[in-house]
Amino acid sequence: MTHDGVNKGRRRFLYIATGAVGTVGAVGVATPFVKSWFPSEKAKAVGAPVKVDINGLKLGEMVIAEWRGKPIFILRRTKAVIDYLRDEGLRSKLADPDSEVASQQPDYVTSDVRSLSEELLVIEGVCTHLGCSPKFIPELEPQPFDANWQGGFFCPCHGSRFDLAGRVFSGVPAPYNLQIPPYSVDGGVVTVGEGAA
Amino acid sequence: MSKKPAILEWLDRRLPVTNAYEKHMSKYYAPINFNFWYVFGLLAMVVFINQLMTGIWLTMSYTPSAEEAFNSVEYIMRDVEMGWLIRYMHSTGASFFFLTVYLHMFRGVLYGSYQKPRELIWVFGMFVYLVMMAEGFMGYVLPWGQTSYWGAQVIISLFGAIPVIGDGLTEWIRGDFLLSGITLNRFFALHVIALPLVLALLVVLHVLALHEVGSNNPDGIDIKKHMDERGVPLDGVPFHPYFTVGKLPQVVLFLMVFCAVLFFMPEGGGYFLEHPNFEPANSLKTPEHIAPTWYYGAFYSILRAIDFPIFFINAKLGGFMAMAGAIAILFVLPWLDRSPVRSWRYKGWMSRTAIVMFAIAFVVLTYLGGQPVSFWNGVVAKIGTVIYFSFFLLMPFYTKWEKTKPVPERVPR
Amino acid sequence: MIKKILTLVCASWLATSAIAAGGEVHLDSMAPDMSNTTSLQEGLSTYMDYCAGCHSLGHARYNRVARDLEIPEDIFMDSIMFSQDAKFGDLMKFAMPVAQGKKWFGVAPPDLTMVTRVRGVDWVYTYLRSFYKDESRPYGVNNSVFKDVGMPHVMLGLQGLCSAKPSAQDGHTLDPLTGVATEHGACASQDIAGTLSTDEFDEVIYDLVNFLNYMGEPYQMDRKRIGWFVFAFLTVLLVLAALLKRELYKDIKH
Repeated sequence: MTHDGVNKGRRRFLYIATGAVGTVGAVGVATPFVKSWFPSEKAKAVGAPVKVDINGLKLGEMVIAEWRGKPIFILRRTKAVIDYLRDEGLRSKLADPDSEVASQQPDYVTSDVRSLSEELLVIEGVCTHLGCSPKFIPELEPQPFDANWQGGFFCPCHGSRFDLAGRVFSGVPAPYNLQIPPYSVDGGVVTVGEGAA
Repeated sequence: MSKKPAILEWLDRRLPVTNAYEKHMSKYYAPINFNFWYVFGLLAMVVFINQLMTGIWLTMSYTPSAEEAFNSVEYIMRDVEMGWLIRYMHSTGASFFFLTVYLHMFRGVLYGSYQKPRELIWVFGMFVYLVMMAEGFMGYVLPWGQTSYWGAQVIISLFGAIPVIGDGLTEWIRGDFLLSGITLNRFFALHVIALPLVLALLVVLHVLALHEVGSNNPDGIDIKKHMDERGVPLDGVPFHPYFTVGKLPQVVLFLMVFCAVLFFMPEGGGYFLEHPNFEPANSLKTPEHIAPTWYYGAFYSILRAIDFPIFFINAKLGGFMAMAGAIAILFVLPWLDRSPVRSWRYKGWMSRTAIVMFAIAFVVLTYLGGQPVSFWNGVVAKIGTVIYFSFFLLMPFYTKWEKTKPVPERVPR
Repeated sequence: MIKKILTLVCASWLATSAIAAGGEVHLDSMAPDMSNTTSLQEGLSTYMDYCAGCHSLGHARYNRVARDLEIPEDIFMDSIMFSQDAKFGDLMKFAMPVAQGKKWFGVAPPDLTMVTRVRGVDWVYTYLRSFYKDESRPYGVNNSVFKDVGMPHVMLGLQGLCSAKPSAQDGHTLDPLTGVATEHGACASQDIAGTLSTDEFDEVIYDLVNFLNYMGEPYQMDRKRIGWFVFAFLTVLLVLAALLKRELYKDIKH
């Protein structure tokens, strides 16, 4: 064999070129396998936005809707509740009073009481600790877990507590405020799963 | 000679990695005169891997119940992202699996690859084929369309032809008094888990048996007869890279054909995905024309060709026996061929004619398997059946009688 | 000598096989065009008006159809889905329960999502235009492509009613699915006139069958498009692989 050096170079080039093109092909073949794992049309349809009629919802009452398999708490808060949410005494007991952890609410929910309109709280009833559904305890009565309970959500699994804006108390297992789903309100209908923004 | 990397040293002391690589790839010497016919084993393996991968993925979205099976297939085709592509890859792959395997088997017939000392390779291969037939049959039932249902009905009823135990046997296979979701569920388990495992094991045994004796070649020459001082056959080249990287163009060419069908005619003109199967199974309505998938065509033709009683054996049983016999006789081919030479290149004109006629008969019988019953179809099928069986049954005679050509010692260059 | 006889047998046998092979099908041909969105929209409209009352499209979803046919969601909900109590993401399962269908028509009207894949576009196209008057049938009509069909002539108002079975013009024809001989020819005279001319009606049916062809395989355009890409890619790979092989095999040429 003459020109050994040239041959080796050409051979290496061809190996690399074929290998590179082959890799592109492998990625191409892998694509349908990977893509098929994304939520199918059926999952997306089942997970589609849900419309909730709140025309009959009285002050202080809460209704539970379902979206993507999760309980959605929709609560019409009284003026007293809303005022208390701004109380310094309460805020000092919260881990994230100003909702600084951005992932827990859509970017268009900016109010200090974590809702589009002051009165209506729309929140996912899923404890941010390990996923149990917290109980709604609005009564201003002393509770076994808090002698000075001023109303809120209590998770029976490991004792996490949240106020009536879904903000988590300090010193409980749950790390974050309750999640606010994308939602919009049009008259007496709340659409959960689809944001105004 | 470069030093092995440390990680390889570590592995080799615990697992025969380098040994295996050398034995089966870089120091497995294949004959230099491998031709076009020798690519089909590799291609069959490529398709097998395709079937495994796409099959697993289909199982993720398929529902194996009589009520939901058909819907779940359409769910895969429409709702699952790129599910249609995975499904078509699987259905096209099934047909191409049989196509490559048939051509692979035919190579064996042409070059006498089943002759001593390779009888076991042939027998393992035949078991692979048998398991493939069962696997393909059960796979086709899973979409639970009209052909799925009625094809299963017909094939399972065949077992009813067996005297004494026939009816009990069909009920046992079905798990029910009629073909139902119970049958579907068990076929699903067999198709997805049991048979693929058996198939994989058989393929491994098949390749191990091959590597033990070494590959045959188009001239039927034994390349191990002439080796150099290092024990390397003079007419051999390392399998890797010459028949791995070296076969890449043929693999790509094959993929082009495969993709042409996959993307532009996945139904295969109604042969790969049969039209009536796009209708959900209806136990009260038999389609006018039930045909098995094309790859069973030849054996189905042989079954239908026996439409007359033979002595005390009725037509149904006779047909069943002929069909079973046609498959069984393939197993004993290594012992029917008494020729002193392997390859048809050196066999006499009787063998060569027989091989050509056998090939034509097989193709025609395959085609007829999908055609409706008619007088002339029946005539042709009967002639085809005779040719098919004669190829085997007369072989011990014509291979011994005929004059063969002398086989060269070394591979002609 | 024996060689010659064997060759003769083989050759004549091949010839016989050719004769034994099947016959021809003479249905009116219909060439689907998936890129003609307007036609597909018309077809959808016709389907919802005349067919959806009895025949569901249970494997398809509204939102996908709207997307593929380029119909915005609000227009789709107003004009197509007005009669259905369904969400945009739902499957297109329409009203008629199986039991009622059996009672009224003898057999439940089948789901039509896959009809063109089962019967072929030509069959469906010809079938929909082949109703004729037949007093002996429960709904007063029969069909020259599908003998004794249970379906009434839903589009009678558009096409009119042919007074008698059209005579065979193209000679012996076979239904690909049932193998039954059908006859097909143009209608000699009409008992009732329709609001559309023959050509106009043919166009309505063309659009409808075009839409059904889309329904049978909504992703067919994607399939072909990806196919061309794959082909181009494989060609490049083939060239490189061939060059690599040739380079590699220089080693073993003596």
